[in-house]
Amino acid sequence: MYVALTAAAVTFIYPFIWMIGASLAPLHEIENMTLWPAHPSLENFKTMISKIPIGRSLMNSLFVAVFTTSLVMITGSAVGYALAKMQFRGRQLIFYVIVFTMSLPFQITLIPNYITMINLHFVDTFFALIIPFAVSAFAILMFRQAFQGLPQALIDAARLDGCSEMGIIFRILWPNIKPTLITVAILSFIGSWNEVLWPLIVIRNEQLMTMPQLVTLFATGGRADSQIGVKIAAAVLLALPVMIAFLFFQKHFIQSMASTGLKD
Amino acid sequence: MNIEIPVTKTKRSQKKKWLPYLLVSPYLIFVLIFVVFPVLFCFFLTFNKWNIISPMKFIGTDNYSRLFHDRLFWKAIGNTLKFLILHIPLQLIVSLFLAYLLNQKIKAAAFFRASFFMPVIVSGVVVTILWQQLLGYDSGLINKVLMSMGAAKIGWLINPDVAIYSIAVMATWKNVGLYVILFLVGLQTVPTQYYEAAKMEGATRWQQFYHITLPMINPTIFMVVILSTIGGFSLFIEPYIMTGGGPLNTTLSAVLYIYKQAFQYYNMGYSATLGFFYALMIMTVVILQKKFIEKEV
Repeated sequence: MYVALTAAAVTFIYPFIWMIGASLAPLHEIENMTLWPAHPSLENFKTMISKIPIGRSLMNSLFVAVFTTSLVMITGSAVGYALAKMQFRGRQLIFYVIVFTMSLPFQITLIPNYITMINLHFVDTFFALIIPFAVSAFAILMFRQAFQGLPQALIDAARLDGCSEMGIIFRILWPNIKPTLITVAILSFIGSWNEVLWPLIVIRNEQLMTMPQLVTLFATGGRADSQIGVKIAAAVLLALPVMIAFLFFQKHFIQSMASTGLKD
Repeated sequence: MNIEIPVTKTKRSQKKKWLPYLLVSPYLIFVLIFVVFPVLFCFFLTFNKWNIISPMKFIGTDNYSRLFHDRLFWKAIGNTLKFLILHIPLQLIVSLFLAYLLNQKIKAAAFFRASFFMPVIVSGVVVTILWQQLLGYDSGLINKVLMSMGAAKIGWLINPDVAIYSIAVMATWKNVGLYVILFLVGLQTVPTQYYEAAKMEGATRWQQFYHITLPMINPTIFMVVILSTIGGFSLFIEPYIMTGGGPLNTTLSAVLYIYKQAFQYYNMGYSATLGFFYALMIMTVVILQKKFIEKEV
């Protein structure tokens, strides 16, 4: 049993360790496929930095992911709160629409959304990367569920104290649903950070590209072709932030990702 | 004074009436712009020829007849199905097997779980670049291992009969950790008394697994099948980076083809037709799966 598990663990981890080793190795050593290079150097990273604005793309990715996540959390809690704790006409209908839109394949909206981006003059701006992801049906459902679990008395008491509805959501209710906040934050951050098809469509200016897009174009565009090491170095830089975050918040990550499958 | 109080009260309750709509308005605006409009516009585009720059031209159902005679599109659909035929069963078996092992009160379970999970959170771009090196023909790690064992090299990504399956294995490697977790949650819902009773009756491990575990985790199996079907139908970045759709278009996935029609050849109307048709196909498959599995349960 342990043999099988260990073999599996090696299958999953070995390639990552090899990748980090290879990013530090001179070309002739990569060919040897040894786990760790005999003469490690940062040469590959230097070459990469000289060829593409990788640092800039890291900042772009961070900016886009943080902004998208914040918007998803704000809009998600507002809509989720209304659906969970308020009575109004059309509430049920909106809920069904949300569930339905979640199962709509993105292939159908891809081209029209690109046209919308052109018409709004969003192409080659961060708006194109943030606005279409600012509202998440999944986040709304998560917040709705979390708010439903909270007692109405909490809200009534806050209202008596003269607290505004926004104040109720963010100051009274948020501290009570930390697990949901973490889950939504992690999922939308990772989703935004790893998105690559959409940026490939709406961003052409290299200075505005997110990291996955820049690395993809670098890996396929021929600029790194002769140098495997440089390509791998780019992959390492793309993987590292998420891997480090994962090492620290492992449990939260795993629980969050598992909840994507458990929503219904 | 006496009159004013009711007035402010109604004002306040009117304001209250509007509040829920105000709160859900971001979603309503969003759905109108990014879901309702696109679906309608996509349908409209399917009857037009358009390259964005010159004006749109109405061409009736030409896009649809083109779609039905487009060999490359059907080949792309076929490739995607080939991918799914290996990917879904492999995903199910490997993740269920690993989850089953992890569920046996094992030491260092957290470590194993985390190691299986690593590829899930990393970008598909990273995984693809990494596997491109592992699967290389001359210098790839896997072929080196094969050669050291005296076996022949395999053209993992350059043999047209093999490439799509190599990508399917890679995609499985990337996602398996997530499904391990889902199965673990499912396995933990099976009451342990069932196993104890079965043991008393002298049931073997396999019998226990087949007659108790499998029926009890049916909902999880169902979920894993649906999730990996939807994920598999959106196969894009792996062939985009690794093979560009080659060799001989055998790894051209449907989404990659739709992307190419739109953003390499600028056939917006035709690409929209492909997307529309493909989305309907995915929804049909998922609904059929749901029906079929519900019957089985």
